[in-house]
Amino acid sequence: MDKPFAITLNPGSSLANRTGSWRTFRPEYVDRLPPCNAACPAGENIQGWLFHAESGDYEKAWRALTENNPLPAIMGRVCYHPCEGGCNRQYVDSSVGINSVERFLGDEAIKRGWQFDAPAAASGKRVLVVGSGPAGLSAAYQLTRMGHKAVIYEAGPLAGGMMRFGIPKYRLPRDVLDAEIKRLLDFGVEIHLQTKVSNVLEAMQDGFDAVFLGVGAHIAKRAYIPAGDANKVLDAVAVLRGMEGESAPMLGRKVVVYGGGNTALDVARTAKRLGAEEAIIVYRRTREKMPAHDFEVEEALQEGISIKWLSTIKEAGESDIMVEKMALDDKGFPQPTGEFERIEADSVVLALGQDADLSLLENVPGLVVDKGLIQVDAGMMTGHPGVFAGGDMAGNERTVTVAVGHGKKAARAIDAWLRGETYAPLPKHELATFERMNAWYYSDAPKTVRPVLDIIRRQSTFEEVLGGLDEGNALFEARRCMSCGNCFECDNCYGVCPDNAVIKLGPGKRFKFNFDYCKGCGVCVAECPCGAIRMVPEEN
Amino acid sequence: MSFQPVKFYQTGTFTVGNRLLPPEERSVQASSKRFNSINSGHRACQGCGEALGARYAIDAAMEATDGQLIAANATGCLEVFSTPYPETSWQIPWIHSLFGNTAAVATGIAAALKVKGKAQIRVVAQGGDGGTTDIGFGCLSGMFERNDDVLYICYDNGGYMNTGVQRSSATPAAARTSTTPAVGAEPGNVFDQGKFLPAIALAHDIPYVATATVADLRDLEAKVRRAMEIRGARYIHILVPCPLGWGTASHDTIRMARLAKETGIFPVFEAEHGEIKSVLAIRRPLPVEEYLKPQKRYAHLFGKQPRVDVIAHLQAQADRNIRRYGLQARKESH
Repeated sequence: MDKPFAITLNPGSSLANRTGSWRTFRPEYVDRLPPCNAACPAGENIQGWLFHAESGDYEKAWRALTENNPLPAIMGRVCYHPCEGGCNRQYVDSSVGINSVERFLGDEAIKRGWQFDAPAAASGKRVLVVGSGPAGLSAAYQLTRMGHKAVIYEAGPLAGGMMRFGIPKYRLPRDVLDAEIKRLLDFGVEIHLQTKVSNVLEAMQDGFDAVFLGVGAHIAKRAYIPAGDANKVLDAVAVLRGMEGESAPMLGRKVVVYGGGNTALDVARTAKRLGAEEAIIVYRRTREKMPAHDFEVEEALQEGISIKWLSTIKEAGESDIMVEKMALDDKGFPQPTGEFERIEADSVVLALGQDADLSLLENVPGLVVDKGLIQVDAGMMTGHPGVFAGGDMAGNERTVTVAVGHGKKAARAIDAWLRGETYAPLPKHELATFERMNAWYYSDAPKTVRPVLDIIRRQSTFEEVLGGLDEGNALFEARRCMSCGNCFECDNCYGVCPDNAVIKLGPGKRFKFNFDYCKGCGVCVAECPCGAIRMVPEEN
Repeated sequence: MSFQPVKFYQTGTFTVGNRLLPPEERSVQASSKRFNSINSGHRACQGCGEALGARYAIDAAMEATDGQLIAANATGCLEVFSTPYPETSWQIPWIHSLFGNTAAVATGIAAALKVKGKAQIRVVAQGGDGGTTDIGFGCLSGMFERNDDVLYICYDNGGYMNTGVQRSSATPAAARTSTTPAVGAEPGNVFDQGKFLPAIALAHDIPYVATATVADLRDLEAKVRRAMEIRGARYIHILVPCPLGWGTASHDTIRMARLAKETGIFPVFEAEHGEIKSVLAIRRPLPVEEYLKPQKRYAHLFGKQPRVDVIAHLQAQADRNIRRYGLQARKESH
């Protein structure tokens, strides 16, 4: 090349200068565990399915959701959504209405007739599932997905367990319940109704390789209350079960419910709906100590239920009951005060908790029962090899969501056990805490939309009266997800790198670093909205 | 604002891109086909705000002119780290002027293009605050006054950084530099104002004056695009934090620019013919300490006996900016 005067070198590109050699720390893309997922008792990958809902691909979202939970329409109504309690968005404005989007997806699936993807190739193994409540259905579903034959033996006349016989219709319409159960039957789950198992080991002789027990807790706990007319004292389980029968239970005009859990509220609200003029909850401690969820208490109060705090029932008379006032001692326990009061009551319903009927487990060697709960290991296996258990009979945290989680976990452990292995869950990612994110990038929802949305969010956590979100609202709500700890392809790292050292791999493929030029400044880490990049020291 | 905020997406308009946005609504920087006008391998420090700001601005100008762009570049960090002979990081026609005459060189290029009938090719001049507010100020003022068809972009990092962090007339009050060292708790830079060139440009009543930071990419790109729609003298002043000169962590570059804007220290606005058309309102108001504390060049203000008087003075300056430009936080609408 002929060079101009005084020019001795050809022009070169700065690409020759590998500035990556300056680096002492290197950025690394990571997936962290979003707090919603960490909080979900069913182990749903919430951020994962919201990601698809955000782009309006509801079917893909539903398929991602149902990998972990086959009952989204039910869950979107009865779950107490601990996910929303964990949601990092609460530190920006308010939590994402995950539960309402889940319900929308579940309803969408029913409306459009979506079916599960075909299961894995048949393994030839048969697993007995005792009980068709959420734990049993979840276990049967997961086992079917893995290619095993799951057969449910259900003692009752209809499938669903406590979801049908314990949760009032105003919280869970039965057509929704039926639709999600029917989809499981279509998927290949077999249910034998009115088939009570009285001896597990005998039942297993019907050609089963393993068994999962999910019989629930149906026996109401009692408290001794002297009563002139014993017929007036009923138990909550019987009342709620009676709602599924031909005629509703006769509770009278004035109904007193004894207890402070969600069941007590369900009964009181059911009584009100049955036409009771007064439904009074009597609870021995204070509102703060009440095990029922606060929003349910609020809802009950709005419906005109009255609650007598710090009170115990001493006796039930002909047309009234005697209540003793209590006071909390230094340790927070209620102590009698000797002050009495009479309250008019046509009936008293005891909602003091439930026990599991464990009679089917007599003579099963190795089994351990402690305080009415069957003891299981990390893989939900009881002391007797091949016998697994979950749901209300295996834990004190008794919700539909926990039961679904138990069923899934047990199914995975059963699958491993059937192959002669031990189930080892994958190690969890580190938590995507709010501090690891850059909240600057999350904009608030437009004012014009928020009030509407707030109302909808309220309604959706309170499902009885109103429908769920419509598509526009569901999309909006899904898009409020901050995608904590998982790249959502906002292009920030790609844009903010002063050295053009981030390579964009295209839609759905995320990014990678060009370590020839990355100087390790860490701007991408600091400016990643969702905390999906971290700095690690270079080895040399 | 001259750009339309995007609603209904989880990160609104704040992030560089968004997988849910149609491509035409995404930023230039989000595109895998962006020009990368300044290429990898440049020798800027880790986390350099100027390298980033230059790519943001010149890529946007390239996009707006369909690649029909020539740049004149004053001496300074940007020139030094991008073109050590014989390498260059520039992927556009680029000429290095003297330290002080970039505006005049650009004027000459624009005049030559006009004479040659190639006025569709546009001209930018760029330099740091030293080459702009100190050494090149006479040429720049002349370029404004003659309304030459040049977009001048100043990357303001508040000092002569590549020669060892000497003070410039844009060095902010009380900041320590190597020529204005802090003695005990005595402030570094004693001159109380710093020279705020955008206001001087505004006083020339030229067609377009704007300020921007590397923390608001969308805003910066929209301003460059707007500037390229206009003929005549235009000026954009971009705040580009300097980890070396400011004594900040290399990963904090964008955060520092954001803090400068959010505290009111650096007003972000847009003006046409001497009239302010829009400002970027403060989103989450903060006291100036939040901006000062992470910077070692202000460390002397936060010693055993903090110089509350000086900090109060700087706060008063920020408050004056907020009043003067109307930067008060508003209800968020995007």
